[in-house]
Amino acid sequence: MRDVAIVGFAQIPSVSKDPRNEVEMIMPVLHEAVQQSGLPRNEIGFTVSGSCDFLIGQPFSFVGGLDAVGAWPPIRESHVEMDAAWALYEAWVKIQTGEVDSALVYGFGKSSPGDLPRVLALQLDPYVVAPLWPDSISLAALQARAYLEASGRTERDLAEVAVRSRNDAAGNPNAQVTEPADVEDLLATPPIASPLRRHDCPPSSDGAAAAVLAAGDLARRVSDQPVWIRGIDHRIEPHQLGSRDLTRSVSTAQAARNAGAHQGGTDVAELHAPFTHQELILRDAIGLNGDTPINPSGGALTANPMMAAGLIRIGEAARAIWEGRARRAVAHATSGPCLQQNLVCVLEGAA
Amino acid sequence: MSVDVEAIEPVGTMTTPIRLEYEIQAGTAMALFLAGLAEGKIRGQRCPVCKEVYVPPRGSCPKDGVPTEEEVEVSDEGVIETFCIVNIPFYGQVLQIPYVCASVRLDGADLSFQWLVEEVKPEDVHQGMRVKAVWADELKPSMESVRYFKPVEARGSVA
Repeated sequence: MRDVAIVGFAQIPSVSKDPRNEVEMIMPVLHEAVQQSGLPRNEIGFTVSGSCDFLIGQPFSFVGGLDAVGAWPPIRESHVEMDAAWALYEAWVKIQTGEVDSALVYGFGKSSPGDLPRVLALQLDPYVVAPLWPDSISLAALQARAYLEASGRTERDLAEVAVRSRNDAAGNPNAQVTEPADVEDLLATPPIASPLRRHDCPPSSDGAAAAVLAAGDLARRVSDQPVWIRGIDHRIEPHQLGSRDLTRSVSTAQAARNAGAHQGGTDVAELHAPFTHQELILRDAIGLNGDTPINPSGGALTANPMMAAGLIRIGEAARAIWEGRARRAVAHATSGPCLQQNLVCVLEGAA
Repeated sequence: MSVDVEAIEPVGTMTTPIRLEYEIQAGTAMALFLAGLAEGKIRGQRCPVCKEVYVPPRGSCPKDGVPTEEEVEVSDEGVIETFCIVNIPFYGQVLQIPYVCASVRLDGADLSFQWLVEEVKPEDVHQGMRVKAVWADELKPSMESVRYFKPVEARGSVA
C-alpha cells in the first residue's frame, strides 16, 4: 500500500439558499484547497467529483461543474453520483494503482431548488417503493422508531445529540444551524414524523467542499503537516429496506474494522449522521466509547450539503489534526436511505 | 396455496409517473445575462487569463478554471457558424416546419450559441451569413426577448 495524505481541504459555508450557480460555488473551494496543498494545479494527476443531477434537476450538471476546474489541456477526470467521500475513495484507489501521485477531489450540492425529501425518494427501488414516494424524513423516522424500541434509548437521548451538535456548531463558521438549544425546549416541540422532531433532522443546505490528496514523498515535500489516510473502506447493504436490520449499521461496523478504526485511540470522530438517532447507531457500530468527542464541527445536523457533507466529515477530521486537537481521527460518510452505504476513514498526523 | 407462475401473464410495462418541481437560481453570471436581455443587451464575461469572451457567461472559464468577472457587452449581430433545418414534426412543437436553428457567434464573443433564423428561406441560409437579432416588443429577463435572428446581407457575400 502506498502512503496517501490529505494535503489540502476547503469548504464554503453551508446556507439554505446560495444565490450562486454550482460552478460559482465550486471555484472558491477548488482554489483554496489547491493553494493549501502547495501543488501547482496543472501537476495534480487526477480530478474526481461527487454530485447528483437530481438535486437541481439539470441533466449533466456534473459535467457543467467541470467548468470550475480548468480542464484544458485535457485532464484525467472522473465522477461519482454519490457523496464526494466516495470520490475521495476513488482518488485513493487511483493513487494506489501508481498511475498518479496526487488528486483533486470535490463535492457540491444545491438542495434549495427542489423538494429534497421527495427528490431523495427517487433513489429507492423504482418499481415497488419509489412510486409510493416515501420521503427521506419518513424513512428515517421508521428507522428511529425501530431503533428506540430495540435499544431502550429515548427521544431525550436524541435531543441531547441535537443540543450538543448545535452548541458545537456555534464555533464553526461553516455551519448553518447554530442557535443554541435546550433539551427541554426541544422536547416540547411537536414531532414532524414521529418520533422525529425538527431538531432530529438536518437542514436543507447548499454547499461545496474540496480536498487534495498526495502520495508519500510528494505529500512530505509539499506539506508541512500531511494528514495520512491510515485506512479507508466502504460497505453497502441491500437496497430493500425490509431486508436490513435498521437498528444497527452492519456496513459501518465492517468498514470500521477493515479501515482499522480500532487499531489505536480515537481522539476525534466525525460521523456523517444527518439524523440524531443515526449518530447513536453509528457510535455503536464503530464502537466509540463515551470519551471520544463526536462531531466537534456540529456535524450534518447543522450543515448538510448533499454530496459534500461526507467529504466535509473527512475534512473536519483532518482539520482537527491540523489544529492539534487530535493525533488520530475517525471520519465516516453515509449514502442512501437509513444509512444504506457507509465509508470509514482513519486519519493520523505525524507520528 | 401455490401459484402457477407459468400461468401468470408477463408484465411488460408499468407506469409510475414522476413529477418534481424546481425553482432554479440563475447564479450570478446567468443573472447578468438575463438582466441584459431585459434591457435589450447581450452580455458576456471575459476570462482574465485567455481573454476569451463567453456568451452566455457561466461565471468561469472552462479552460482556465478561473472566475470570469469582467462583464462585456457584445453586439446583437454576428455570423452563422453552422445551422440545421428542422423538418421533423414533434409533439408540442410551437414553430412551423421547416425552420432554421443556427449557431451564431456574436461580434465580440468567442463562443457561438443557438438561435432561430427567420425572414429568409431555409435553403438560402449558409455558413458565414451575417445575422442580426430581432428583439421582442416587450423585453424581459428571458431568451424570449430575442424573437429570432435575420440576415443583414445578401447571400454569398461572405464565403
